Amino acid sequence: MSTATALKTLINIKDLDLYYGTYHALKKVSMTIPEKAVTAFIGPSGCGKSTLLRTLNRMNDMIIGTRIEGKVEIGGTNIYSNEVDVETLRKKVGMVFQQPNPFPKSIYDNIAYGPRLHGIRSKAKLDEIVEQSLKQAVLWEEVKDYLKRSAFSLSGGQQQRLCIARALAVNPDILLMDEATSALDPISTLKIEELVQELKHRYTIVMVTHNMHQAARVSDQTVFFLNGEVVEFDQTETLFSNPSDKRTEDYITGRFG
Amino acid sequence: MQVNVSKPETKMSFTNKQMNVADKVVPILLFLCAAVSILTTIGIVYTLFSETISFFKSVPIFDFIFGGKWSPLIEPKSFGIWPLLSGTFLITLIAILVAVPIGLASAIYLSEYAPERVRKIVKPVLEVLAGVPTIVYGYFALTFVTPLLKSIFPDMSVFNALSAGLVVGIMIIPMVSSLSEDAMSAVPKSLRHGAYALGATRFEVALKIVVPAAFSGIVSSAVLAFSRAIGETMIVSVAAGSTPNLTLNPLESIQTMTAYIVQVSLGDTPHGSVEYGTIFAVGLTLFIITFLLNILALYVARRFREEY
Repeated sequence: MSTATALKTLINIKDLDLYYGTYHALKKVSMTIPEKAVTAFIGPSGCGKSTLLRTLNRMNDMIIGTRIEGKVEIGGTNIYSNEVDVETLRKKVGMVFQQPNPFPKSIYDNIAYGPRLHGIRSKAKLDEIVEQSLKQAVLWEEVKDYLKRSAFSLSGGQQQRLCIARALAVNPDILLMDEATSALDPISTLKIEELVQELKHRYTIVMVTHNMHQAARVSDQTVFFLNGEVVEFDQTETLFSNPSDKRTEDYITGRFG
Repeated sequence: MQVNVSKPETKMSFTNKQMNVADKVVPILLFLCAAVSILTTIGIVYTLFSETISFFKSVPIFDFIFGGKWSPLIEPKSFGIWPLLSGTFLITLIAILVAVPIGLASAIYLSEYAPERVRKIVKPVLEVLAGVPTIVYGYFALTFVTPLLKSIFPDMSVFNALSAGLVVGIMIIPMVSSLSEDAMSAVPKSLRHGAYALGATRFEVALKIVVPAAFSGIVSSAVLAFSRAIGETMIVSVAAGSTPNLTLNPLESIQTMTAYIVQVSLGDTPHGSVEYGTIFAVGLTLFIITFLLNILALYVARRFREEY
């Protein structure tokens, strides 16, 4: 745990229980997520990894019958306390989804959507944000001459990078990625993995992946989930080379899942 | 161990007489059913055109298109379509001003805000409104809405465009809301989530993501409603009056094209006379307007389509 202790903790989850109706989806989950690093959630389908990710920007609020107990602190504030404004939270905690979901608008308007929402009207300012965001998502060179074209003219991998750029355009601190490469081909996946390596210098990244190799390649810290519980979380290197729990070992060696 | 077994010969047959007959007959039956409506349409258009052409042999088409006075039944006769056009336009305008904002707002509520339980009850109820016979709406306009309006505008006519237009608008609200709601519900959840994740509020998602994405469906619903309002007959016959009146004052009595056609068809105008021919000329005008509107709707829907 040498590097993890060196990094400042940004997200602190304490005794988190989450229920969908009567279904107990997360059980007494506790962990800390360090700032400006990549944390990966792995585990078999239905283990609660995506659910936990969605608690971090409160997207679970939209599912009727969701109930939460425990604490999720980001930068010291419990994001489930009453004074937290959900829209402001989501602005600071961006999200990229499993399927690329660009809006049916131009490339430019996709990126400008968030900033416009939050009150930026100046054309020059928007131009600058669009360029910066696309550059950060390493998409600028490919699309700079086609900004007025529909976002649907892009390939799947480009669309996903557009969605990353769109999330970055509202200047978040945290970027959540929910199996963001699972719908993409290997080359597009690789590009996004490289991008994540770049982005972690500026953003705290939390990613859900069903691909253990991706977690091993990309993340600094890995959390292994099983049946709504955290089985183990550790430095990625340690977790993969020397897991302390038998179930982790069975999962990463491919015995189940 | 080798055993010499004589295997029975494989017999394969791929014929099925029954299926073949059904497969040949069914498409023909289906085609005939489709043909009925097409042939009817052709018949209607043919009648409209031929009767209108013979009408224009006795009345100059110029007088019809540019004349400002419509009194084909009373001497001195004049055949200017504009009073009927303005009456129809007035009713339609009022109806659209009522139906599109209210219909769209209720569609947004149903699709973006209403809990599933509420939607399941409200939507069918709205659709029942569409099944109320229009004559009932007509009497509702005349006996309820008009007196109500009279208390606000004491010197308005008993028969007036405002009352009829408002009720036509109420009648087409369900059409706008139901079709718009369908279009908005068809917008993928993932688009909404993308916007929520950027910090959009429910209202911002509805207005800036869902409505634009469903825009072509919304326009189609509005144009359908528009056609419905133009063609509406009973409400205007009962409540709007039968005074061809070149006016845009909604408090006056007017006559729409449809109401005029009803008046002549039910009256004692002799068949084959010039007076009788007017209803075909008016009917054709109505047909052309609705036809152009539908083309416009198709164009607008394509032009503003946001693919998703």
